[in-house]
Amino acid sequence: METKTYTLSVYSENNIGLLNRISAIFLKRHINLESFSTSASEIPDVFRFVIVINVTPNTVRRLVQQIEKQVDVIKAFYHTDEETIFQENALYKVKSSALFEERHIQNVIKNSHANIVTVSPEFFVIEKTGFREETEQLRKDLEPFGLLQFVRSGRISVTKAKMGISEILNTFKNNNN
Amino acid sequence: MSANTQNKSKVISNISGAEAVIRCLLEEGVETLYGYPGGAIMPIYDELYKFQDKLHHVLTRHEQGATHAAQGYARTSGKVGVAVATSGPGATNLVTGIADAQIDSTPMVCITGQVASHLLGSDAFQETDIIGISTPVTKWNCQITKASEIPEIMARAFFIARSGRPGPVLIDITKDAQFEHFDFSYKKCTGIRSYQPYPILDEVKVEEAIALINQAKKPFIVWGQGVILGQAEEEFKTFLETSGIPAAWTILGLSALPTDHPSNRGMVGMHGNYAPNMLTNECDLLIAIGMRFDDRVTGDLNTYAKQAKIIHLELDPAEVNKNVTADVTLLADCKITLHRLNEKITPKTYPEWIQRFDDLDAIEYKKVIYNDLHPTKPGLTMGETIEMINTYSKGNAVIVTDVGQHQMVACRYAKFNQSKSNVTSGGLGTMGFALPAAIGAKMGAPDREVVAVIGDGGYQMTIQELGTIFQQKLAVKIVVLNNDFLGMVRQWQQLFFDKRYASTEMVNPDFVKIAEGYYIQAKRINQREELEDAVQDMMASDQPYFLEVCVEKEDNVFPMIPTGASVSAIRLE
Repeated sequence: METKTYTLSVYSENNIGLLNRISAIFLKRHINLESFSTSASEIPDVFRFVIVINVTPNTVRRLVQQIEKQVDVIKAFYHTDEETIFQENALYKVKSSALFEERHIQNVIKNSHANIVTVSPEFFVIEKTGFREETEQLRKDLEPFGLLQFVRSGRISVTKAKMGISEILNTFKNNNN
Repeated sequence: MSANTQNKSKVISNISGAEAVIRCLLEEGVETLYGYPGGAIMPIYDELYKFQDKLHHVLTRHEQGATHAAQGYARTSGKVGVAVATSGPGATNLVTGIADAQIDSTPMVCITGQVASHLLGSDAFQETDIIGISTPVTKWNCQITKASEIPEIMARAFFIARSGRPGPVLIDITKDAQFEHFDFSYKKCTGIRSYQPYPILDEVKVEEAIALINQAKKPFIVWGQGVILGQAEEEFKTFLETSGIPAAWTILGLSALPTDHPSNRGMVGMHGNYAPNMLTNECDLLIAIGMRFDDRVTGDLNTYAKQAKIIHLELDPAEVNKNVTADVTLLADCKITLHRLNEKITPKTYPEWIQRFDDLDAIEYKKVIYNDLHPTKPGLTMGETIEMINTYSKGNAVIVTDVGQHQMVACRYAKFNQSKSNVTSGGLGTMGFALPAAIGAKMGAPDREVVAVIGDGGYQMTIQELGTIFQQKLAVKIVVLNNDFLGMVRQWQQLFFDKRYASTEMVNPDFVKIAEGYYIQAKRINQREELEDAVQDMMASDQPYFLEVCVEKEDNVFPMIPTGASVSAIRLE
């Protein structure tokens, strides 16, 4: 079966060890993660993982079942790229001399809609938010000027459809009472 | 933490974390626990000493033995088994038993000591990351570094271990948390926000299932341990008797239904019976009850019951459509689902379909069973030994088995009259399981006869637990079926590796002397004429008893479905 990029959204309690427990589910099945990020969610005390993987539809369904099975996981979803709005964030550190000596670099920054975060006598830092292809293009464009450091965040994503975690939590509460 | 709790006990002022652990165990109704002391768990052992009139601690001879004993206890009593160990090697020695309990859905709480919290991460003496190590094989685990966390975490541990699909939980408690004093009170856990152990049955699906059952001409049931774990034996029996549908069991489902029940058509899977395996690929409706379509049951999934509609009664949402896609999934505790089905089902009989089972049974009897149970060759068979045990147990014993040929033979031929009588390592296939599991099985069902049937290989993996049996004066009956081989591996080498018997021949010690060294009455037999008297003496004894039966060295277990083959490619020879 053909593989596809899926974004998993996992809503959970914020407990020590859960990160390990979730990553173990992928490790056990020899699945490499494209990206992984964690943060607060729209609900107080509820944590959110965003995980990107490239697998078959059957595999993603089973993975989400296994993740949701974990005691500390409230709910897990998976979506295709078309069903989500997603972004990645990248930082580029370049030596400052390039900014003054190479006029062309200013056009690169301007055309890529990147922001300059900080400038010091030795280096300056550019920030770019966008799709993987966009941050990747900027990396390629900056490479000739001497890229001192490059880093890209994991994907963050929201879904077009409603998640309804508050409703789910209410149902759970009623089930438990 | 947002556990829903109630019935808070009165406050006991200023007690140690270690005493709190004991009080939590008592609040949870624990009477027996298995373990092994060591540095980081000493404060808890000190409290066990003080509470020895209320809590019976069994000193096993290895921490692995403690987990298997706790599993055996859980399997015959239906309660949560408890195992205790120290940090480092004590904790890592638990891992095999925890993994076994995880895959076989056995409720167990393991408590490990841990180095003091200020030493965490310093590679201190006997420090190991048991939380990290046990994560993939536990239903839940948690480290406690403050005494005040003990009551709530312990309450959660027991709730999680026993609710829904049961499983093992590990609680790791730092030594300073065991020493720390605090004001104790206990509230039983009755719910956790993120954890929904009992899905609510969808009534529409019940109607769909009934419609499929009503249409079926050749329906067939395969049941698993879910029937036992859900305490649904009565509902299940009613369902069988009303529906008239023939049924077969997975290895862990064995004993949920009395062996001689007319609906019982034997075992499915790799060494299961001929008829239920063959007819899996002939039925028009397969009703799977509390089972998970393990690969040892299904063989090749691409050719498994493809002609049939499938109804799956399942409690764990992660098992739904995992290996086999069901036409109707009844996601709920099977006790509830079976009760609902029983209300709606129409009584029926399937004489022609049942005849198919009888016909295939006759073939298996002629080609396999007759020779196993009534051999004419000189060497004793495993099958006739089990049959002799049946004669004297009358089907009332708990049979504990290890892993390998003896396990398959025992499960195929042992007779059972009541549930929770078959204790074996199914999913993980843990050699060394049986002897320590028999200790727990006997303590979980003290009024019942417990017979451990073990191969000569697995027996030597945990043979030191003879010491525990002796010290506890447990009237466990131990039968070693000795063929001087790792028999199942040898069978595979014979059939699939051109008889290259790589490291499967065993040069064995004098097992009788070893048992006698532990002051356990022991006997060895190798003649057919000796079998009946030996089994009779063993069963009549009210003491622990060891019987070594020297069996034919190179017998094979049949029927057999080769790995990855279709269930209908089952071989009789």
